[in-house]
Amino acid sequence: MVKKIGGRIYLGIIFLFLYLPILVLLILSFNNSKSRVAWGGFTAKWYVSMFQNDTIMDAFAMTLKITLTASILATIIGTLAAIGIQAMRRRGKAILIGATNIPLLNADIVTGISMMLLFVRFTKLGFSTVLIAHLTFDIPYVILNVLPKLNQASRSAYEAALDLGATPFYAFYKIVWPDIRPGVFSGFLMAITMSLDDFSITYFTKGPGVNTLSTMLYTELRKGIKPEMYALSALLFGIALALLLIMNYRSSKKNDINN
Amino acid sequence: MYKWKRQFLSGPYVVWIAGFIILPILTIFYYGITDSSGSFTLANIFAIAEPIHMKALLLSLKLALLCTAFCLILSYPLAMILNNLHLKQQSFVVFIFVLPMWMNFMLRILAWQLLLSNNGILNTILEGLGMPKLQLLNTPSAVVFGMVYDFLPFMILPIYNAMGRIQRDVVDAARDLGASELQVFLKIILPLTISGVISGIIMVFVPALTSFVISNLLGGGKVLLIGNVIEQEFMQNMDWNMGSGLSIVLMIFVVASMAFMNAHGSEEGGGAVW
Repeated sequence: MVKKIGGRIYLGIIFLFLYLPILVLLILSFNNSKSRVAWGGFTAKWYVSMFQNDTIMDAFAMTLKITLTASILATIIGTLAAIGIQAMRRRGKAILIGATNIPLLNADIVTGISMMLLFVRFTKLGFSTVLIAHLTFDIPYVILNVLPKLNQASRSAYEAALDLGATPFYAFYKIVWPDIRPGVFSGFLMAITMSLDDFSITYFTKGPGVNTLSTMLYTELRKGIKPEMYALSALLFGIALALLLIMNYRSSKKNDINN
Repeated sequence: MYKWKRQFLSGPYVVWIAGFIILPILTIFYYGITDSSGSFTLANIFAIAEPIHMKALLLSLKLALLCTAFCLILSYPLAMILNNLHLKQQSFVVFIFVLPMWMNFMLRILAWQLLLSNNGILNTILEGLGMPKLQLLNTPSAVVFGMVYDFLPFMILPIYNAMGRIQRDVVDAARDLGASELQVFLKIILPLTISGVISGIIMVFVPALTSFVISNLLGGGKVLLIGNVIEQEFMQNMDWNMGSGLSIVLMIFVVASMAFMNAHGSEEGGGAVW
Protein backbone atom coordinates (compact mmCIF):
# COMPACT_ATOMS: atom_id res chain seq x y z
CA MET A 1 0.00 0.00 0.00
CA VAL A 2 2.77 2.41 1.01
CA LYS A 3 4.62 1.31 -2.09
CA LYS A 4 1.59 2.09 -4.22
CA ILE A 5 1.15 5.59 -2.77
CA GLY A 6 4.88 6.24 -3.10
CA GLY A 7 4.63 5.18 -6.72
CA ARG A 8 1.75 7.54 -7.37
CA ILE A 9 3.64 10.43 -5.77
CA TYR A 10 6.70 9.67 -7.87
CA LEU A 11 4.58 9.60 -11.03
CA GLY A 12 3.09 12.92 -10.01
CA ILE A 13 6.49 14.53 -9.55
CA ILE A 14 7.73 13.41 -12.95
CA PHE A 15 4.48 14.50 -14.53
CA LEU A 16 4.88 17.91 -12.92
CA PHE A 17 8.49 18.14 -14.13
CA LEU A 18 7.34 17.43 -17.69
CA TYR A 19 4.29 19.65 -17.74
CA LEU A 20 5.03 22.51 -15.32
CA PRO A 21 7.07 24.47 -17.90
CA ILE A 22 4.27 24.06 -20.42
CA LEU A 23 1.69 25.16 -17.87
CA VAL A 24 3.74 28.27 -17.13
CA LEU A 25 3.76 29.16 -20.83
CA LEU A 26 0.00 28.60 -21.09
CA ILE A 27 -0.71 30.86 -18.12
CA LEU A 28 1.62 33.60 -19.32
CA SER A 29 -0.01 33.56 -22.76
CA PHE A 30 -3.15 35.03 -21.16
CA ASN A 31 -1.30 37.44 -18.90
CA ASN A 32 -2.06 41.12 -19.52
CA SER A 33 1.23 42.24 -17.96
CA LYS A 34 4.58 41.69 -19.63
CA SER A 35 5.97 40.55 -16.28
CA ARG A 36 7.04 36.95 -16.00
CA VAL A 37 5.89 36.54 -12.43
CA ALA A 38 3.01 38.94 -11.76
CA TRP A 39 -0.52 38.33 -13.00
CA GLY A 40 -1.89 41.44 -14.69
CA GLY A 41 -5.34 40.24 -15.63
CA PHE A 42 -6.71 38.13 -18.46
CA THR A 43 -6.12 39.07 -22.09
CA ALA A 44 -6.13 37.47 -25.52
CA LYS A 45 -4.11 40.26 -27.12
CA TRP A 46 -0.93 38.18 -27.48
CA TYR A 47 -2.88 35.74 -29.63
CA VAL A 48 -4.09 38.57 -31.85
CA SER A 49 -0.61 40.00 -32.27
CA MET A 50 0.81 36.52 -32.86
CA PHE A 51 -1.56 35.96 -35.78
CA GLN A 52 -0.60 39.39 -37.15
CA ASN A 53 3.10 38.71 -36.80
CA ASP A 54 4.48 37.74 -40.23
CA THR A 55 7.73 36.31 -38.89
CA ILE A 56 5.88 33.83 -36.71
CA MET A 57 3.20 32.97 -39.27
CA ASP A 58 5.68 32.49 -42.13
CA ALA A 59 7.80 30.20 -39.97
CA PHE A 60 4.68 28.31 -38.93
CA ALA A 61 3.61 27.79 -42.55
CA MET A 62 7.15 26.74 -43.52
CA THR A 63 7.29 24.23 -40.66
CA LEU A 64 4.02 22.64 -41.75
CA LYS A 65 5.12 22.55 -45.38
CA ILE A 66 8.46 20.91 -44.63
CA THR A 67 7.13 18.51 -42.00
CA LEU A 68 4.23 17.27 -44.11
CA THR A 69 6.14 17.01 -47.39
CA ALA A 70 9.08 15.28 -45.74
CA SER A 71 7.04 12.84 -43.68
CA ILE A 72 4.73 11.84 -46.53
CA LEU A 73 7.58 11.33 -49.00
CA ALA A 74 9.64 9.56 -46.34
CA THR A 75 6.75 7.19 -45.64
CA ILE A 76 6.48 6.25 -49.32
CA ILE A 77 10.23 5.86 -49.95
CA GLY A 78 10.76 4.16 -46.60
CA THR A 79 7.94 1.64 -46.98
CA LEU A 80 9.08 0.67 -50.48
CA ALA A 81 12.65 0.42 -49.21
CA ALA A 82 11.59 -1.79 -46.31
CA ILE A 83 9.78 -4.18 -48.68
CA GLY A 84 12.86 -4.31 -50.88
CA ILE A 85 15.23 -4.78 -47.95
CA GLN A 86 13.16 -7.64 -46.59
CA ALA A 87 13.45 -9.49 -49.90
CA MET A 88 17.22 -9.14 -49.92
CA ARG A 89 19.85 -11.66 -49.03
CA ARG A 90 21.52 -11.48 -45.67
CA ARG A 91 24.51 -9.37 -46.73
CA GLY A 92 22.64 -6.72 -48.66
CA LYS A 93 20.15 -6.51 -45.81
CA ALA A 94 22.89 -6.00 -43.23
CA ILE A 95 24.57 -3.28 -45.27
CA LEU A 96 21.35 -1.34 -45.87
CA ILE A 97 20.17 -1.60 -42.27
CA GLY A 98 23.61 -0.48 -41.14
CA ALA A 99 23.45 2.57 -43.41
CA THR A 100 19.91 3.28 -42.20
CA ASN A 101 21.19 3.50 -38.65
CA ILE A 102 23.79 6.16 -39.47
CA PRO A 103 21.51 9.23 -39.44
CA LEU A 104 19.75 7.94 -36.33
CA LEU A 105 22.90 7.40 -34.33
CA ASN A 106 25.17 10.12 -35.62
CA ALA A 107 25.14 13.46 -33.84
CA ASP A 108 22.61 15.87 -35.35
CA ILE A 109 25.20 18.61 -35.56
CA VAL A 110 27.54 16.38 -37.59
CA THR A 111 24.73 15.21 -39.88
CA GLY A 112 23.70 18.81 -40.48
CA ILE A 113 27.21 20.09 -41.10
CA SER A 114 28.19 17.22 -43.39
CA MET A 115 25.10 17.78 -45.54
CA MET A 116 25.74 21.51 -45.67
CA LEU A 117 29.32 20.91 -46.82
CA LEU A 118 28.05 18.68 -49.61
CA PHE A 119 25.14 20.92 -50.65
CA VAL A 120 27.14 24.14 -50.97
CA ARG A 121 29.38 22.46 -53.54
CA PHE A 122 26.49 21.90 -55.91
CA THR A 123 23.67 24.27 -55.12
CA LYS A 124 22.43 27.13 -52.99
CA LEU A 125 21.00 26.38 -49.57
CA GLY A 126 17.25 26.83 -49.44
CA PHE A 127 13.95 25.01 -49.15
CA SER A 128 15.01 21.97 -51.17
CA THR A 129 18.18 21.37 -49.15
CA VAL A 130 16.18 21.46 -45.91
CA LEU A 131 13.67 19.04 -47.42
CA ILE A 132 16.41 16.61 -48.51
CA ALA A 133 17.96 16.79 -45.05
CA HIS A 134 14.62 16.10 -43.34
CA LEU A 135 13.91 13.18 -45.66
CA THR A 136 17.31 11.75 -44.84
CA PHE A 137 16.59 11.53 -41.13
CA ASP A 138 12.89 10.68 -41.56
CA ILE A 139 13.21 7.68 -43.88
CA PRO A 140 15.14 5.56 -41.33
CA TYR A 141 12.32 5.93 -38.79
CA VAL A 142 9.81 4.65 -41.34
CA ILE A 143 12.01 1.71 -42.33
CA LEU A 144 12.68 0.69 -38.75
CA ASN A 145 8.95 0.77 -37.99
CA VAL A 146 7.87 -1.12 -41.11
CA LEU A 147 10.54 -3.86 -41.21
CA PRO A 148 9.46 -5.68 -38.01
CA LYS A 149 5.85 -5.74 -39.25
CA LEU A 150 6.97 -7.15 -42.60
CA ASN A 151 8.92 -9.86 -40.81
CA GLN A 152 5.80 -10.80 -38.84
CA ALA A 153 3.56 -10.82 -41.91
CA SER A 154 2.75 -14.27 -43.17
CA ARG A 155 4.61 -15.20 -46.34
CA SER A 156 2.60 -18.29 -47.10
CA ALA A 157 -0.70 -16.43 -47.32
CA TYR A 158 0.88 -14.04 -49.78
CA GLU A 159 2.30 -16.87 -51.87
CA ALA A 160 -1.02 -18.69 -51.75
CA ALA A 161 -2.72 -15.59 -53.12
CA LEU A 162 -0.21 -15.50 -55.97
CA ASP A 163 -0.76 -19.21 -56.68
CA LEU A 164 -4.49 -18.58 -56.83
CA GLY A 165 -3.92 -16.01 -59.54
CA ALA A 166 -3.75 -12.68 -57.71
CA THR A 167 -1.43 -10.12 -59.23
CA PRO A 168 1.51 -9.23 -56.93
CA PHE A 169 0.03 -5.79 -56.39
CA TYR A 170 -3.41 -7.13 -55.48
CA ALA A 171 -1.94 -9.79 -53.20
CA PHE A 172 0.19 -7.13 -51.52
CA TYR A 173 -2.77 -4.82 -50.99
CA LYS A 174 -5.06 -7.54 -49.66
CA ILE A 175 -2.60 -9.52 -47.56
CA VAL A 176 0.62 -7.70 -46.71
CA TRP A 177 -0.74 -4.17 -46.39
CA PRO A 178 -3.18 -4.88 -43.51
CA ASP A 179 -0.29 -6.44 -41.58
CA ILE A 180 2.16 -3.61 -42.07
CA ARG A 181 -0.26 -0.68 -41.91
CA PRO A 182 0.26 0.01 -38.17
CA GLY A 183 4.02 0.07 -38.75
CA VAL A 184 3.67 2.45 -41.68
CA PHE A 185 1.46 4.69 -39.58
CA SER A 186 3.77 4.76 -36.57
CA GLY A 187 6.72 5.40 -38.88
CA PHE A 188 4.82 8.32 -40.38
CA LEU A 189 4.10 9.68 -36.90
CA MET A 190 7.71 9.38 -35.84
CA ALA A 191 8.78 11.16 -39.01
CA ILE A 192 6.38 14.00 -38.17
CA THR A 193 7.65 14.17 -34.59
CA MET A 194 11.27 14.33 -35.69
CA SER A 195 10.70 16.86 -38.48
CA LEU A 196 8.56 19.07 -36.31
CA ASP A 197 11.08 19.18 -33.50
CA ASP A 198 14.32 19.30 -35.48
CA PHE A 199 16.57 22.26 -35.01
CA SER A 200 20.23 21.38 -35.61
CA ILE A 201 19.95 19.82 -39.05
CA THR A 202 17.59 22.52 -40.35
CA TYR A 203 19.85 25.21 -38.90
CA PHE A 204 22.85 24.09 -40.95
CA THR A 205 21.08 23.19 -44.20
CA LYS A 206 18.74 26.18 -44.51
CA GLY A 207 19.46 29.21 -46.62
CA PRO A 208 18.58 32.81 -45.87
CA GLY A 209 14.85 33.42 -45.96
CA VAL A 210 13.93 29.86 -45.07
CA ASN A 211 12.91 29.64 -41.41
CA THR A 212 11.10 26.92 -39.55
CA LEU A 213 9.65 27.63 -36.12
CA SER A 214 12.75 26.19 -34.48
CA THR A 215 15.26 28.32 -36.37
CA MET A 216 13.07 31.43 -36.16
CA LEU A 217 12.67 31.02 -32.41
CA TYR A 218 16.42 30.45 -31.99
CA THR A 219 17.14 33.82 -33.61
CA GLU A 220 14.31 35.60 -31.76
CA LEU A 221 15.05 34.07 -28.36
CA ARG A 222 18.56 35.44 -28.43
CA LYS A 223 17.12 38.92 -28.96
CA GLY A 224 14.70 38.53 -26.05
CA ILE A 225 11.47 36.89 -25.02
CA LYS A 226 8.27 38.28 -26.54
CA PRO A 227 4.83 37.46 -25.10
CA GLU A 228 3.69 36.33 -28.57
CA MET A 229 5.93 33.31 -28.03
CA TYR A 230 3.77 32.25 -25.09
CA ALA A 231 0.72 32.43 -27.32
CA LEU A 232 2.55 30.39 -29.94
CA SER A 233 3.40 27.76 -27.31
CA ALA A 234 -0.22 27.52 -26.28
CA LEU A 235 -1.33 27.22 -29.89
CA LEU A 236 1.20 24.48 -30.68
CA PHE A 237 0.37 22.62 -27.50
CA GLY A 238 -3.33 22.79 -28.33
CA ILE A 239 -2.77 21.44 -31.84
CA ALA A 240 -0.51 18.65 -30.61
CA LEU A 241 -2.94 17.68 -27.87
CA ALA A 242 -5.90 17.62 -30.26
CA LEU A 243 -4.08 15.58 -32.92
CA LEU A 244 -2.67 13.06 -30.47
CA LEU A 245 -6.04 12.67 -28.73
CA ILE A 246 -7.77 11.99 -32.05
CA MET A 247 -5.19 9.39 -32.97
CA ASN A 248 -5.34 7.79 -29.54
CA TYR A 249 -9.13 7.67 -29.74
CA ARG A 250 -9.06 6.11 -33.18
CA SER A 251 -6.58 3.43 -32.19
CA SER A 252 -8.52 2.59 -29.02
CA LYS A 253 -11.73 2.26 -31.03
CA LYS A 254 -9.96 -0.11 -33.37
CA ASN A 255 -8.78 -2.15 -30.38
CA ASP A 256 -12.35 -2.41 -29.12
CA ILE A 257 -13.53 -3.74 -32.47
CA ASN A 258 -10.72 -6.27 -32.56
CA ASN A 259 -11.56 -7.48 -29.09
CA MET B 1 12.28 -13.95 -60.91
CA TYR B 2 9.69 -12.24 -58.79
CA LYS B 3 11.97 -11.94 -55.75
CA TRP B 4 14.55 -10.22 -57.88
CA LYS B 5 11.98 -7.60 -58.79
CA ARG B 6 10.91 -6.90 -55.25
CA GLN B 7 14.40 -5.89 -54.17
CA PHE B 8 14.32 -3.09 -56.69
CA LEU B 9 11.71 -1.31 -54.59
CA SER B 10 14.54 -0.18 -52.35
CA GLY B 11 16.34 1.26 -55.36
CA PRO B 12 15.44 4.90 -54.67
CA TYR B 13 16.58 4.47 -51.09
CA VAL B 14 19.91 2.94 -52.10
CA VAL B 15 20.56 5.98 -54.28
CA TRP B 16 19.51 8.17 -51.35
CA ILE B 17 21.94 6.43 -48.99
CA ALA B 18 24.81 6.90 -51.41
CA GLY B 19 24.02 10.54 -52.13
CA PHE B 20 22.85 11.88 -48.82
CA ILE B 21 24.27 9.61 -46.14
CA ILE B 22 27.61 8.30 -47.41
CA LEU B 23 28.68 11.24 -49.58
CA PRO B 24 28.20 13.92 -46.88
CA ILE B 25 30.30 11.89 -44.46
CA LEU B 26 33.05 11.55 -47.06
CA THR B 27 32.83 15.31 -47.62
CA ILE B 28 33.25 16.14 -43.95
CA PHE B 29 36.23 13.78 -43.79
CA TYR B 30 37.74 15.49 -46.83
CA TYR B 31 37.41 18.92 -45.20
CA GLY B 32 38.69 17.56 -41.91
CA ILE B 33 41.95 16.25 -43.30
CA THR B 34 42.79 19.16 -45.62
CA ASP B 35 43.66 22.81 -45.03
CA SER B 36 42.08 25.79 -46.74
CA SER B 37 44.31 25.35 -49.80
CA GLY B 38 43.25 21.71 -50.15
CA SER B 39 46.48 19.98 -49.14
CA PHE B 40 46.57 17.13 -46.68
CA THR B 41 46.98 17.89 -42.97
CA LEU B 42 46.02 16.38 -39.65
CA ALA B 43 46.22 19.73 -37.85
CA ASN B 44 42.42 20.13 -37.74
CA ILE B 45 42.01 16.85 -35.93
CA PHE B 46 44.89 17.41 -33.51
CA ALA B 47 43.42 20.85 -32.80
CA ILE B 48 41.25 19.07 -30.24
CA ALA B 49 44.32 19.09 -27.98
CA GLU B 50 44.28 22.89 -27.78
CA PRO B 51 43.34 23.86 -24.22
CA ILE B 52 40.10 25.65 -25.14
CA HIS B 53 38.88 22.72 -27.26
CA MET B 54 39.98 20.15 -24.71
CA LYS B 55 38.20 22.02 -21.97
CA ALA B 56 34.99 22.13 -24.02
CA LEU B 57 35.23 18.42 -24.82
CA LEU B 58 35.80 17.44 -21.19
CA LEU B 59 32.93 19.65 -20.04
CA SER B 60 30.66 18.09 -22.69
CA LEU B 61 31.59 14.60 -21.53
CA LYS B 62 30.98 15.54 -17.91
CA LEU B 63 27.59 17.15 -18.52
CA ALA B 64 26.49 14.35 -20.86
CA LEU B 65 27.42 11.73 -18.25
CA LEU B 66 25.55 13.65 -15.56
CA CYS B 67 22.52 14.06 -17.80
CA THR B 68 22.50 10.35 -18.71
CA ALA B 69 22.85 9.33 -15.06
CA PHE B 70 19.99 11.58 -13.97
CA CYS B 71 17.76 10.36 -16.79
CA LEU B 72 18.48 6.74 -15.90
CA ILE B 73 17.89 7.27 -12.17
CA LEU B 74 14.59 9.02 -12.89
CA SER B 75 13.41 6.68 -15.65
CA TYR B 76 14.03 3.21 -14.28
CA PRO B 77 11.73 3.44 -11.25
CA LEU B 78 9.25 5.38 -13.37
CA ALA B 79 9.12 2.60 -15.97
CA MET B 80 8.64 0.03 -13.20
CA ILE B 81 5.81 2.00 -11.62
CA LEU B 82 4.13 2.57 -14.98
CA ASN B 83 4.47 -1.10 -15.83
CA ASN B 84 2.95 -2.15 -12.50
CA LEU B 85 -0.12 -0.03 -13.19
CA HIS B 86 -1.01 -2.61 -15.88
CA LEU B 87 -2.63 0.03 -18.03
CA LYS B 88 -4.93 -1.29 -20.68
CA GLN B 89 -3.90 1.52 -22.98
CA GLN B 90 -0.14 1.26 -23.21
CA SER B 91 -0.22 3.92 -25.90
CA PHE B 92 -1.47 6.40 -23.32
CA VAL B 93 1.91 6.31 -21.57
CA VAL B 94 3.69 6.93 -24.84
CA PHE B 95 1.24 9.74 -25.48
CA ILE B 96 2.12 11.54 -22.23
CA PHE B 97 5.82 11.47 -22.97
CA VAL B 98 5.58 12.31 -26.66
CA LEU B 99 3.17 15.21 -26.22
CA PRO B 100 5.77 17.71 -24.93
CA MET B 101 7.94 16.79 -27.91
CA TRP B 102 5.29 18.00 -30.31
CA MET B 103 5.53 21.41 -28.77
CA ASN B 104 8.59 23.08 -30.15
CA PHE B 105 11.93 22.29 -28.54
CA MET B 106 12.85 26.00 -28.43
CA LEU B 107 9.67 26.86 -26.56
CA ARG B 108 10.37 24.19 -23.96
CA ILE B 109 13.80 25.75 -23.44
CA LEU B 110 12.13 29.17 -23.23
CA ALA B 111 9.94 27.86 -20.42
CA TRP B 112 13.02 26.84 -18.45
CA GLN B 113 14.54 30.26 -19.04
CA LEU B 114 11.44 31.74 -17.43
CA LEU B 115 11.51 29.31 -14.53
CA LEU B 116 15.21 29.54 -13.77
CA SER B 117 16.11 33.18 -14.43
CA ASN B 118 17.20 35.50 -11.59
CA ASN B 119 13.82 37.22 -11.43
CA GLY B 120 12.06 34.07 -12.58
CA ILE B 121 9.38 31.97 -11.03
CA LEU B 122 11.56 29.65 -8.92
CA ASN B 123 13.48 32.55 -7.41
CA THR B 124 10.27 34.47 -6.72
CA ILE B 125 8.95 31.45 -4.83
CA LEU B 126 12.21 31.12 -2.91
CA GLU B 127 12.08 34.81 -2.05
CA GLY B 128 8.49 34.47 -0.89
CA LEU B 129 9.57 31.70 1.43
CA GLY B 130 12.29 33.97 2.81
CA MET B 131 15.12 31.98 1.28
CA PRO B 132 18.11 33.41 -0.58
CA LYS B 133 17.93 33.65 -4.36
CA LEU B 134 19.86 31.14 -6.41
CA GLN B 135 21.90 31.82 -9.51
CA LEU B 136 20.45 29.08 -11.70
CA LEU B 137 20.38 30.35 -15.26
CA ASN B 138 23.68 30.58 -17.15
CA THR B 139 25.31 27.83 -15.11
CA PRO B 140 26.27 24.29 -16.11
CA SER B 141 23.52 23.00 -13.78
CA ALA B 142 20.89 24.82 -15.84
CA VAL B 143 22.28 23.15 -18.95
CA VAL B 144 22.11 19.71 -17.36
CA PHE B 145 18.58 20.50 -16.19
CA GLY B 146 17.48 21.45 -19.69
CA MET B 147 19.11 18.35 -21.16
CA VAL B 148 17.41 16.03 -18.67
CA TYR B 149 14.07 17.67 -19.42
CA ASP B 150 14.55 17.38 -23.12
CA PHE B 151 15.95 13.86 -23.35
CA LEU B 152 14.03 12.11 -20.55
CA PRO B 153 11.43 10.55 -22.90
CA PHE B 154 14.24 8.89 -24.88
CA MET B 155 15.25 7.03 -21.72
CA ILE B 156 11.77 6.24 -20.41
CA LEU B 157 10.25 4.79 -23.57
CA PRO B 158 12.83 2.05 -24.36
CA ILE B 159 12.98 0.93 -20.71
CA TYR B 160 9.19 0.92 -20.44
CA ASN B 161 8.92 -1.08 -23.67
CA ALA B 162 11.46 -3.62 -22.45
CA MET B 163 9.53 -4.01 -19.19
CA GLY B 164 6.28 -4.50 -21.04
CA ARG B 165 7.82 -7.46 -22.86
CA ILE B 166 8.64 -9.35 -19.66
CA GLN B 167 6.12 -12.14 -19.32
CA ARG B 168 4.37 -12.09 -15.99
CA ASP B 169 4.55 -15.88 -15.81
CA VAL B 170 8.32 -15.67 -15.49
CA VAL B 171 8.06 -13.31 -12.54
CA ASP B 172 5.27 -15.38 -10.96
CA ALA B 173 7.27 -18.57 -11.40
CA ALA B 174 10.27 -17.03 -9.67
CA ARG B 175 8.08 -15.92 -6.77
CA ASP B 176 6.49 -19.36 -6.51
CA LEU B 177 9.94 -20.88 -6.30
CA GLY B 178 10.69 -18.63 -3.34
CA ALA B 179 12.64 -15.75 -4.85
CA SER B 180 12.61 -12.55 -2.81
CA GLU B 181 11.63 -9.23 -4.36
CA LEU B 182 15.28 -8.30 -4.63
CA GLN B 183 16.13 -11.59 -6.32
CA VAL B 184 13.26 -11.18 -8.76
CA PHE B 185 14.59 -7.75 -9.59
CA LEU B 186 18.25 -8.73 -9.92
CA LYS B 187 17.74 -12.08 -11.66
CA ILE B 188 14.78 -11.34 -13.90
CA ILE B 189 13.70 -7.74 -14.32
CA LEU B 190 17.12 -6.15 -14.59
CA PRO B 191 18.62 -8.64 -17.07
CA LEU B 192 15.50 -8.54 -19.24
CA THR B 193 15.43 -4.75 -19.38
CA ILE B 194 19.15 -4.14 -19.84
CA SER B 195 18.71 -3.87 -23.63
CA GLY B 196 16.19 -1.08 -23.09
CA VAL B 197 18.55 0.63 -20.67
CA ILE B 198 21.36 0.46 -23.21
CA SER B 199 19.33 1.95 -26.04
CA GLY B 200 18.10 4.60 -23.62
CA ILE B 201 21.66 5.46 -22.60
CA ILE B 202 22.75 5.77 -26.22
CA MET B 203 19.70 7.85 -27.15
CA VAL B 204 20.38 10.26 -24.29
CA PHE B 205 24.17 10.32 -24.13
CA VAL B 206 24.81 11.08 -27.80
CA PRO B 207 22.50 14.09 -28.13
CA ALA B 208 23.65 15.39 -24.74
CA LEU B 209 27.30 15.10 -25.75
CA THR B 210 26.76 16.90 -29.03
CA SER B 211 24.15 19.48 -28.06
CA PHE B 212 24.90 23.13 -28.64
CA VAL B 213 21.52 24.85 -28.42
CA ILE B 214 20.67 24.04 -24.82
CA SER B 215 24.08 25.24 -23.65
CA ASN B 216 23.65 28.36 -25.75
CA LEU B 217 20.24 29.32 -24.41
CA LEU B 218 20.39 28.07 -20.83
CA GLY B 219 24.13 28.59 -20.39
CA GLY B 220 24.00 32.15 -21.71
CA GLY B 221 27.19 31.73 -23.72
CA LYS B 222 29.11 31.01 -20.55
CA VAL B 223 28.95 27.24 -20.91
CA LEU B 224 31.03 26.28 -23.91
CA LEU B 225 30.51 22.69 -25.06
CA ILE B 226 32.26 20.97 -27.95
CA GLY B 227 29.07 21.43 -30.02
CA ASN B 228 29.28 25.20 -29.43
CA VAL B 229 32.93 25.23 -30.51
CA ILE B 230 32.10 23.42 -33.75
CA GLU B 231 29.10 25.62 -34.44
CA GLN B 232 31.23 28.75 -33.95
CA GLU B 233 33.93 27.45 -36.29
CA PHE B 234 31.32 27.14 -39.02
CA MET B 235 29.02 30.07 -38.40
CA GLN B 236 31.37 32.73 -37.00
CA ASN B 237 35.00 31.91 -37.77
CA MET B 238 34.12 30.40 -41.16
CA ASP B 239 36.92 27.88 -40.65
CA TRP B 240 35.25 24.88 -42.24
CA ASN B 241 38.36 22.72 -42.14
CA MET B 242 38.86 23.20 -38.43
CA GLY B 243 35.13 22.68 -37.79
CA SER B 244 35.18 19.46 -39.82
CA GLY B 245 38.28 18.21 -38.01
CA LEU B 246 36.62 18.74 -34.64
CA SER B 247 33.43 17.10 -35.97
CA ILE B 248 35.45 14.00 -36.87
CA VAL B 249 36.74 13.87 -33.29
CA LEU B 250 33.18 14.18 -32.04
CA MET B 251 32.07 11.38 -34.36
CA ILE B 252 34.84 9.17 -33.00
CA PHE B 253 33.52 9.77 -29.49
CA VAL B 254 29.97 8.95 -30.57
CA VAL B 255 31.03 5.72 -32.26
CA ALA B 256 33.25 4.77 -29.31
CA SER B 257 30.49 5.32 -26.77
CA MET B 258 28.08 3.22 -28.80
CA ALA B 259 30.61 0.44 -29.28
CA PHE B 260 31.31 0.51 -25.54
CA MET B 261 27.63 0.27 -24.65
CA ASN B 262 26.88 -2.45 -27.17
CA ALA B 263 29.87 -4.53 -26.08
CA HIS B 264 28.70 -4.39 -22.48
CA GLY B 265 25.15 -5.13 -23.50
CA SER B 266 25.98 -8.37 -25.27
CA GLU B 267 28.25 -9.52 -22.46
CA GLU B 268 25.29 -9.60 -20.19
CA GLY B 269 23.23 -11.23 -22.88
CA GLY B 270 20.53 -8.60 -22.62
CA GLY B 271 20.36 -7.76 -26.29
CA ALA B 272 19.63 -11.26 -27.48
CA VAL B 273 17.26 -12.55 -24.83
CA TRP B 274 14.21 -12.87 -27.02
